[in-house]
Amino acid sequence: MRYSSEFLEGLRIAWDAIRANKLRSGLTTLGIIIGIVTVTLMATAIQGLKRGFVQSISALGADVLYVQRTGWFINSEAEWRRQNKRADITYAQFRALARQLNLARAVAPQVDTGRPVKYKNRTSSSVHIIGTTDQFLYTGGLTVAEGRFLSSAEAEGGRPVCVIGAQTATNLFVGEQAVGHRITIGGYRFEVIGVLEKQGDFLGAFSLDNQVIIPVQQFTTLFWHDPDYTIQVKAISLDALDDCREELRGVMRKIRHVAPGDEDDFAINQQSEFLKTFDKVIGTIATAGLFITGLSLFVGGIGIMNIMFVSVAERTKEIGIRKAIGAKRRTVLMQFLTEAASICLMGGLIGLGLAWPLTLVMARFMPATMSLSVVGLAILVSLMTGVVAGFLPAWRAARMNPVDALRNE
Amino acid sequence: MSLIHLEKVTRRYQMGGETIHALREVSFTIARGEYVAIMGPSGSGKSTLMNIIGCLDTATSGTYVLNDVNVSEMDDNQLAEVRNKEIGFVFQTFNLLPRANAFHNVELPLIYAGISAEERRRVTVEALTSVGLADRMTHKPNEMSGGQRQRVAVARALVNHPSILLADEPTGNLDTKTGEEIMGVFEELSRQGNTIILVTHEEDIARHARRIVRIRDGLIASDEARR
Ligand SMILES: Nc1ncnc2c1ncn2[C@@H]1O[C@H](COP(=O)(O)OP(=O)(O)OP(=O)(O)O)[C@@H](O)[C@H]1O
Ligand SMILES: [Mg+2]
Repeated sequence: MRYSSEFLEGLRIAWDAIRANKLRSGLTTLGIIIGIVTVTLMATAIQGLKRGFVQSISALGADVLYVQRTGWFINSEAEWRRQNKRADITYAQFRALARQLNLARAVAPQVDTGRPVKYKNRTSSSVHIIGTTDQFLYTGGLTVAEGRFLSSAEAEGGRPVCVIGAQTATNLFVGEQAVGHRITIGGYRFEVIGVLEKQGDFLGAFSLDNQVIIPVQQFTTLFWHDPDYTIQVKAISLDALDDCREELRGVMRKIRHVAPGDEDDFAINQQSEFLKTFDKVIGTIATAGLFITGLSLFVGGIGIMNIMFVSVAERTKEIGIRKAIGAKRRTVLMQFLTEAASICLMGGLIGLGLAWPLTLVMARFMPATMSLSVVGLAILVSLMTGVVAGFLPAWRAARMNPVDALRNE
Repeated sequence: MSLIHLEKVTRRYQMGGETIHALREVSFTIARGEYVAIMGPSGSGKSTLMNIIGCLDTATSGTYVLNDVNVSEMDDNQLAEVRNKEIGFVFQTFNLLPRANAFHNVELPLIYAGISAEERRRVTVEALTSVGLADRMTHKPNEMSGGQRQRVAVARALVNHPSILLADEPTGNLDTKTGEEIMGVFEELSRQGNTIILVTHEEDIARHARRIVRIRDGLIASDEARR
């Protein structure tokens, strides 16, 4: 009760003081506005970058493990040379693995190459050709837009069928249904049985829609006899991913006859490695950003401190009066802290208002939106700046001797 | 029973290398309900004495007992509480908050006392009515005459029902007629049993009090009851 009345009184004084010195308050606020705009944009940009990254690696399922000969992130040349000596992963190893895993929902082999694809007189010169099985639909998290995906019989058998990406379909077929027609892949004819839904691109590097999926049997017969396989393993659930990884590792070591105590001669890659690497990069950016932001807020805070010292000096008499009628040190301290925090909060809100359209501009380049957490952060930071910057002036006011203060004109 | 008891109260000021003795071992007692005028030439130490009695200032040495409590040993916060609950101040220059209206000026001590909003409203209106300003509550100080401002100050001093009303030259900035009006208010308050201490250097004003203490050079020169 007592504190809320005192706090309301503090707010009222703050509001009066700000209104009485509109220009001065406005100019002081400018520093905070700039600081808050920087904070907001920085935080939004970092969130946007992160979201964009997660979106673009979403083709790698979060619950999918990629068994490969080498790791995705190799830190040294020596390590790279060592991993490069490893033996290829074979189709037989894939079969053995698929049979023995209990914690996997789907296991699919994957081999790829690039080949020109033709239909009538239209050609797509370099299309990503993937050889796999029916299980790839699950491990790759694909959706079929038209027709159907490979059946398990087709995957193992020799019938030349294919499922094509959305972009490949639009490139080759103009005003025509793709499903049911025959296209030529690297000189061999395949029947289109399905078209995939649009997926976008992977890290902006290549399109996931310009691809053709064919049975792995066809791939090895026609294009590449003994390729190095990637085995995609989808865990039964995201929670079971780590257990699945352990099981997978044990089984794979057995299959590849790795002696106990020797290190793995294969790598198990997963999406979170990308995230880890990315987090390191973003961490560096965030630190640099924080420093710049901190600097601009520091300057803004100095402005607040300065103006609060002026405000305290101007209102010495008022402080004396308040103390004479019973205001305690704490009350006076709170009064000036409230004033400083109010100025900063105003700056923070204006800063958020300005950052909003800038965020919309930013949204053209990355999936950036001003999130509630950023708004909360900006408000918190502006209040904190006010309290920190206002403390010294408020402390000076609180400690004034009432007689001396009253004598002041 | 004494309300105020000063025992060898000394107040020194250090001005560069010079020491100014504003009060030299002043001792006296004031009982509840008394109406005392303090007189003396300029610079004799009247305001210094008032500030010490009003807990705005503390003595360099000596003891001050107010309401059986030794005030000389209190810290800042305790003094603020005493000022809020026990003391009502009226100053020569009114000392109202310029941006606040009459109502808010009078309400302020109640806010610091932690009294609820409805209770504050009731008591504030009562205090302003008692000084004849019921129709001026929303006026700011610069929209009122000197006499009205001093009445607001009196209402503010009384609103917490303090033990003592202290007035340091309350008529100093008012013309004779308005001054007499304010003195009328004090007269009435005294009749109701309030303890009043008044600083003045006008004999006409001091005549209203029932006891006159004269100070010279920080010492009590005379202390006599009137009539
Ligand atoms: N803050 C201070 N610093 C130094 N000296 C002071 C201070 N306050 C008062 N004095 C000195 O103490 C003495 C008493 O001052 P005080 O204000 O009590 O006088 P007064 O009786 O109220 O005078 P007046 O009638 O002019 O108001 C004076 O000599 C004054 O100069
Ligand atoms: Mg004086």
